[in-house]
Amino acid sequence: MYRTPEGKDIFVVDGHTHFWDGSPENQKNIHGKQFIDCFYAYHTGLSPKEQLWEKGKFEKYSADDLYRDLFIDGPDDVAIVQSTYLRDFYKNGFNTIERNAEVAKRYPERFIVNGAFDPRDGEKALEYIHFMKETYDIKGVKMYTAEWNGASKGWKLTDPDAYRCFELCDKLGIRNIHVHKGPTIIPLSKDAFDVHDVDHAATDFQGLNWIVEHCGLPRLDDFCWIATQETNVYGGLAVALPFIHSRPRYFAEVIAELLFWIGPEKILFGSDYAIWTPRWLVERLWAFELPEDIRKERGVDLTPETKEKILGLNAARLYNIDIEAKKKALASSPFSIAAE
Amino acid sequence: MATASVSGSREKELWRRLGEVSDPELDEPVTEMGFVERAEITGDGSVEVDFRLPTYWCSPNFAFLMLDGVRKALDQLSWSPAYRVKLHDHMFAEEVNRGIEAGKNFGDIFAGLAGDEDIGALRETFSMKAFKRRQEAVLLGLRRQGLTDREILGMDLGAYDAARLGSGEMTSQKARYRAALVERFPSRRRGDPVFATWEGRQIPPAALDAYLAELRSVRINMEFNGALCRGLKQARYKELDVIDGEPTLVDFILDRVPERSAPVT
Repeated sequence: MYRTPEGKDIFVVDGHTHFWDGSPENQKNIHGKQFIDCFYAYHTGLSPKEQLWEKGKFEKYSADDLYRDLFIDGPDDVAIVQSTYLRDFYKNGFNTIERNAEVAKRYPERFIVNGAFDPRDGEKALEYIHFMKETYDIKGVKMYTAEWNGASKGWKLTDPDAYRCFELCDKLGIRNIHVHKGPTIIPLSKDAFDVHDVDHAATDFQGLNWIVEHCGLPRLDDFCWIATQETNVYGGLAVALPFIHSRPRYFAEVIAELLFWIGPEKILFGSDYAIWTPRWLVERLWAFELPEDIRKERGVDLTPETKEKILGLNAARLYNIDIEAKKKALASSPFSIAAE
Repeated sequence: MATASVSGSREKELWRRLGEVSDPELDEPVTEMGFVERAEITGDGSVEVDFRLPTYWCSPNFAFLMLDGVRKALDQLSWSPAYRVKLHDHMFAEEVNRGIEAGKNFGDIFAGLAGDEDIGALRETFSMKAFKRRQEAVLLGLRRQGLTDREILGMDLGAYDAARLGSGEMTSQKARYRAALVERFPSRRRGDPVFATWEGRQIPPAALDAYLAELRSVRINMEFNGALCRGLKQARYKELDVIDGEPTLVDFILDRVPERSAPVT
């Protein structure tokens, strides 16, 4: 719960968090080292100075760090913890569902654990989706289309194998498909993060929600166009939001574009923990106002009501979270008492 | 002393040429982005350039365009030196450096690495984005000078050249837009309009706001890359400064490590 300076309580769903192991012991090869190094560069490049972590902690933080940063020091009520395997880079995987489920077990009220699959695994991918549904009752998955898999350096949401997987997700009620569409880095030729495949998949699977993480930046215009056409496409703010610190005017322009094109109901907060921690992001977002000229130019505003939607109400709707019931459950949990 | 001044002027020329190479995705000089880690002229006049991108994962086709630009810049040096260009800490560094040593051209080296991407089409896309980004800066600059939309859009090249656009950043954007315009439309002369769409259409004053919104979305994407690359690059370089007896990560976290000083040109 985030209490605003005005004394209002805001329900916060952190739509994008991780519990990874990028430590040298787990790295399979140079790619594993370079992958976590790149994350660390994001962390150091866009965080306020007082929020910086040491490299060793960043590579592998503890479950206690996670709880504290999200729920005790941090304002999150519920965190969606995403899975990303990267088995070609890490011996035990980077951020598997087993690892996430283990950490979620201690405070199940607090976590929504999302799965992941690789359509290129064919039949095995389908079996794995069944397994995740039965074992963890997942409500969503994270898709990383630029993941390496043997000779393949990426895939598209529109691949026939991917469509078979989405059909199964639809059938099993795994409704929320988070798709990483972000900065152009390789393994990851630009093609792997092109957003146009979302357009087709969202049209063909109307029963699924497509949450485009990082809003497709640096292809914001393409993303806005698609999300405007498709009612079931949403934008996740991870990576875009930290610019609120280093380049606030730039963040204002991005959020104004999003509000203009896709509106306040379809934007989701996400810290991308542990790249960034949620507390400062939420505080800054709450305090943020659009500059006058940008507000006029686009005819939009970032009001407290809009912020409340972005911070929790929108994600709660997608994940069927009954906010009042959840507040009660959290208030009676020992975890919450320990946090007071 | 004569030798020293020759090497000094050659060094200036070298950095000036390198400064003409832009990161195609950002439309900003590679020297300003800090991608040229080292550029030196050895005793026999030959040139060595060490090149490093913000991440190990930077797209090979962008890397190709930049290294190709560096090669062309070095080919223009007045003393026609032999040169060696080395890419560091990139996932394809080994292939690239081996390819260069074997005398392959960059197209051959990257053909297999950049996938089926058409480098020509990519170049054209980037030229278009650079054109739009520079044009937006200039249009907004002229508005800030108090000119009406009609006056701005009615400007010809001669009037543009004579116009003042304030200082620093705007002066350089003005020249950069002119260069992009002339590259796109080589036949433009003094009396020709200076503002047109990339496709060559006139922009009616009533449509300027909508047109600027389109330019803005191009800039927002490019700025995202630019800001990210700067952040990533800085983090990466500072990490590399961590050596025994040298500043440690803690120094870096506490911001006790001075910025790498920029080459004086």
